[in-house]
Amino acid sequence: MLPPDLVAGCKQHRVLLAIAFLVVFPLLMPFKAIAVNILIYGLFALGFNMLFGTLGLLSFGHAALFGGGAYACGLAMLRLGLPWWAAILCAVVAGMALAASIGAFAIRTRGIYFAMVTLALAQCVYFIFYQWVSLTGGENGLRGITLTDIDLGPIHLNFVDPLTRYYVVAFWVALALIVLSRILASPFGAAMEAVRENEARARACGYDVRATRYLAFILSGGFCGLAGALQALHLSIVPIETLFYTTSGLVVMMALLGGMGTFFGPFVGAGVFLLLENLVSLWTVHWQIFVGASFIACVLFFPRGIWGTILLGRAR
Amino acid sequence: MDGLTPDLLVLQLFTGLALGAIYVLLALGMSLLFGMLTVVNFAHGAFYMLGAYAGLVLLGMGFNFWACLIIAPIIVGSLGMLCERFLIRHLYGRGIDYPLLLTFGLSYVLVELVRIFFGTSGYPVDTPDILQGASDIWIGYFPTYRLFVIGVAVVVLTALWLFLERTPYGLIIRAGARDPQIVRILGIDVARVWLVVFGIGTGLAALAGLLAAPLQGTSPEMGSTILAESFVVTVVGGMGSLVGAVVAGLLVGVVVAMTSLFAPEMAQVAIFALMAVVLLVRPQGFFGRAGLMS
Amino acid sequence: METTKKAAVTRRAILAAGSVLAMPGILRAQTADTIKIGFPVPLTGPYGTEAKDQVACAQIAIAEFNAAGGLGGRMAELLVRDDRLDPGEAATRTIELIEKDHANFIVGSLSAAVQLAVNNVAKQRGIIYNSISQSDQIAALPDWSKTTFHEAMTPHLTAGAVGRYAFSHYGKKVVFLQADYAYGHEMVDGFKAVGQSMGIEVLADLRHPLGATDFSTLLPRIQSLKPDILVLANFGRDQQISIKQATDFGLKKTTKIVAPILLYTSRIAAGEKAFEGVVGGSSYYWGIEATTPSAKALNDKYRAANEGRVPSDYGALGYAGVRSLLDAAKRAGSVETDKVIAALEGAKYDSYKGPQEFRACDHQSVQSVLIIESKSGGSSPYDVFNVIGTEAANADNLLSCKDEGHV
Repeated sequence: MLPPDLVAGCKQHRVLLAIAFLVVFPLLMPFKAIAVNILIYGLFALGFNMLFGTLGLLSFGHAALFGGGAYACGLAMLRLGLPWWAAILCAVVAGMALAASIGAFAIRTRGIYFAMVTLALAQCVYFIFYQWVSLTGGENGLRGITLTDIDLGPIHLNFVDPLTRYYVVAFWVALALIVLSRILASPFGAAMEAVRENEARARACGYDVRATRYLAFILSGGFCGLAGALQALHLSIVPIETLFYTTSGLVVMMALLGGMGTFFGPFVGAGVFLLLENLVSLWTVHWQIFVGASFIACVLFFPRGIWGTILLGRAR
Repeated sequence: MDGLTPDLLVLQLFTGLALGAIYVLLALGMSLLFGMLTVVNFAHGAFYMLGAYAGLVLLGMGFNFWACLIIAPIIVGSLGMLCERFLIRHLYGRGIDYPLLLTFGLSYVLVELVRIFFGTSGYPVDTPDILQGASDIWIGYFPTYRLFVIGVAVVVLTALWLFLERTPYGLIIRAGARDPQIVRILGIDVARVWLVVFGIGTGLAALAGLLAAPLQGTSPEMGSTILAESFVVTVVGGMGSLVGAVVAGLLVGVVVAMTSLFAPEMAQVAIFALMAVVLLVRPQGFFGRAGLMS
Repeated sequence: METTKKAAVTRRAILAAGSVLAMPGILRAQTADTIKIGFPVPLTGPYGTEAKDQVACAQIAIAEFNAAGGLGGRMAELLVRDDRLDPGEAATRTIELIEKDHANFIVGSLSAAVQLAVNNVAKQRGIIYNSISQSDQIAALPDWSKTTFHEAMTPHLTAGAVGRYAFSHYGKKVVFLQADYAYGHEMVDGFKAVGQSMGIEVLADLRHPLGATDFSTLLPRIQSLKPDILVLANFGRDQQISIKQATDFGLKKTTKIVAPILLYTSRIAAGEKAFEGVVGGSSYYWGIEATTPSAKALNDKYRAANEGRVPSDYGALGYAGVRSLLDAAKRAGSVETDKVIAALEGAKYDSYKGPQEFRACDHQSVQSVLIIESKSGGSSPYDVFNVIGTEAANADNLLSCKDEGHV
């Protein structure tokens, strides 16, 4: 067992620790592209977790926020000719705007109905993008988002190089982690915690429960939009499937697998899921049976998710 | 719009009802599981698919189609009961997330097992001879098999209603759904009730899959597309409401059919737009109890 | 652990299809200078059967190359990856193939969206990609690049050939039913382009969503229009189901059903009853072996490795796609991108279906189109089509390079 102050110290400096981990992470992975994927999906799951883990709102429409960000980034570069970093900012705004409009309808409902309303609205977004071929490329997806060279004053980076690409993505993820920890430490973070712990008491204490939820949804959209933008730059395309409800299902699974409501759980969940899938699918075409079975096992034996179980073991 | 006659509209209405009948059977099972066990069954599509494959195997063994209609749902329903007993039972009372996640994983496993044993490409299923061709329904010819599907749905609905409302066992199920604690205190084994309910729900899904097989053949993925649609039906009707499942199932079938007539490419959007509108106006669905699961 | 074993065995059985010959290639693959061909295909998902056949055929091309001594002793190896018919997954897998496995070439895909995704990734990294499924866009700007090659037919070519045959044989009143995605749209555009000059009358042009399972909502309307021809511009299971349901509705009594591509595997899966009399196009049918020696050679090798079965149309494309690149590497004496491109541009070849040529301007393979009709009561389980017409390879039937945006 570690001494208690060390544990507390880790918790206090978790963002610094995370950034240090991001630096060495690609060396631990079989190849760089999967490290990039884990970061992107981890960030997506983190945005989702903000709503589900922190407020208990299960959304099945997060594909719209992720995919919306991806399309916004691609369209900003292709149609508006914006530089890549501005396109990323556009994606963050687009994610928040989509979350604001979906949330405006969905936030009134609760529980399973919240899940279903978000699902329905996200599917509507999917169909709009699918049919709007002249803008989005329709079923063939948005293609040609080629980011090759990045010039930062005297420094020149080649984005096609796997390791450079990883560190560029990691930079944005680190930025997101810093922002998230600031949010959690702010009065708004306290409000979210109050609402989750006891809604009635939070309301009695003067918190506006609905406004807290709505704001959390919008912030969640910002993180998911960022993840989508990074995905678009990484793949150089935006497949229409990014907006489909299966993408929403995927992020739910990753968050639950990692452990909802924990800070690093989403990244652990994304990492385990993607590595498992990658390794098993090289070995057998029937990889889905292993993914399915590990979910069943996870629910039955590690209901707090992988990271949640580890944290629990630590606390004992 | 060329060739758009009143007759065509009525034919289209019937087509929608036949489509709706399949939705109804699926949504009934789903609503039953949700209303009584608060399980959002993501494996419902997989059980639907298993129904079709069970029928395929039984037909291959020489059973006739009529026998399959009885045997296949029983087989799949039993499998559903096994899943309830050994997997889902541990999760009651732990919120809706866990059964949802578990059944999601279960659907992966079931679909993949079918791929391993039956291959990925699927098989055609012939319509039984007596139901082939089209019948005259006054306003035009309509495929006999689709009329038959509507008929089966009506029979199953009636039987289910009689079972729930008129038998002592149905009474226990209804009571157990309302207040499991009291039922347990009365000395009734609630666990067994849940088991039976799960068997009925998955059996209904299997029956729907078997009925759909002659229309579209079988494939391991056949359940995943229809899963989203039956969710919509269940939610629009009101989670847990059997009447709601029937009304919404037929409504969605008709809406799809009518949209296909005027703007086929919008048929899929129409389903979700309908759900969004219904939920915004009436968040608990047509017949759902307000406040349920909130 | 029973399932584990089972899965592993099945996987091996599938990938080893055609592997008796490929064995030496796999063993020698350990050496560093192997020529690696990345092969992303949708092993899981609705086109799994076709994808597995693509792998089996591609392995034959690899085995041939290695048996003939490779490229000055350098052996070739096929790196098969599952793209799940998902463009995002395909892009991820292609990045992995190029960055981790250092693939020299990429061949594969079974959908328009997937091949465009793979192409996008490959061209960004300067890796040659030879696509083996249909698309008009891949040969046109802005998707096309100098590393892009297209072994398969294009929808414009296929639909044109089938349209020219069908509209002159079965009548001029036409209803289109198209799957609402690029494949359907491009095919219908192709039919309409030739139909215009032949004076066809389009009674209706209906769309259905991709992956539809019920066409019953559209069929009464089509029936009431009484067309001579119903063109089903859809693919795979959509096609199987729509043909079956159209048959159930009794549409065949008055209307000829025509499909741009009639898949061998679909016909095998759906059975002879539903498909009987349906006419369509194909890139390849094993039956042409009576008149085409290169087809006979491929069929014989395939039969030897696959218990007497015959290659499917899309499967054979897997063979051709890999073989074109390996032959070019041999001619170039190198696997360097620019040298292989030079060896491929304008190359005339006959690897499995008669004379073909890679058009220099857009790297599209100019090739023949077969018009086939599904029959019942064949002499063997593989005898499912009659070849009722063949349109010889002719660059004039393709979209012109100017129309594709090439200068």
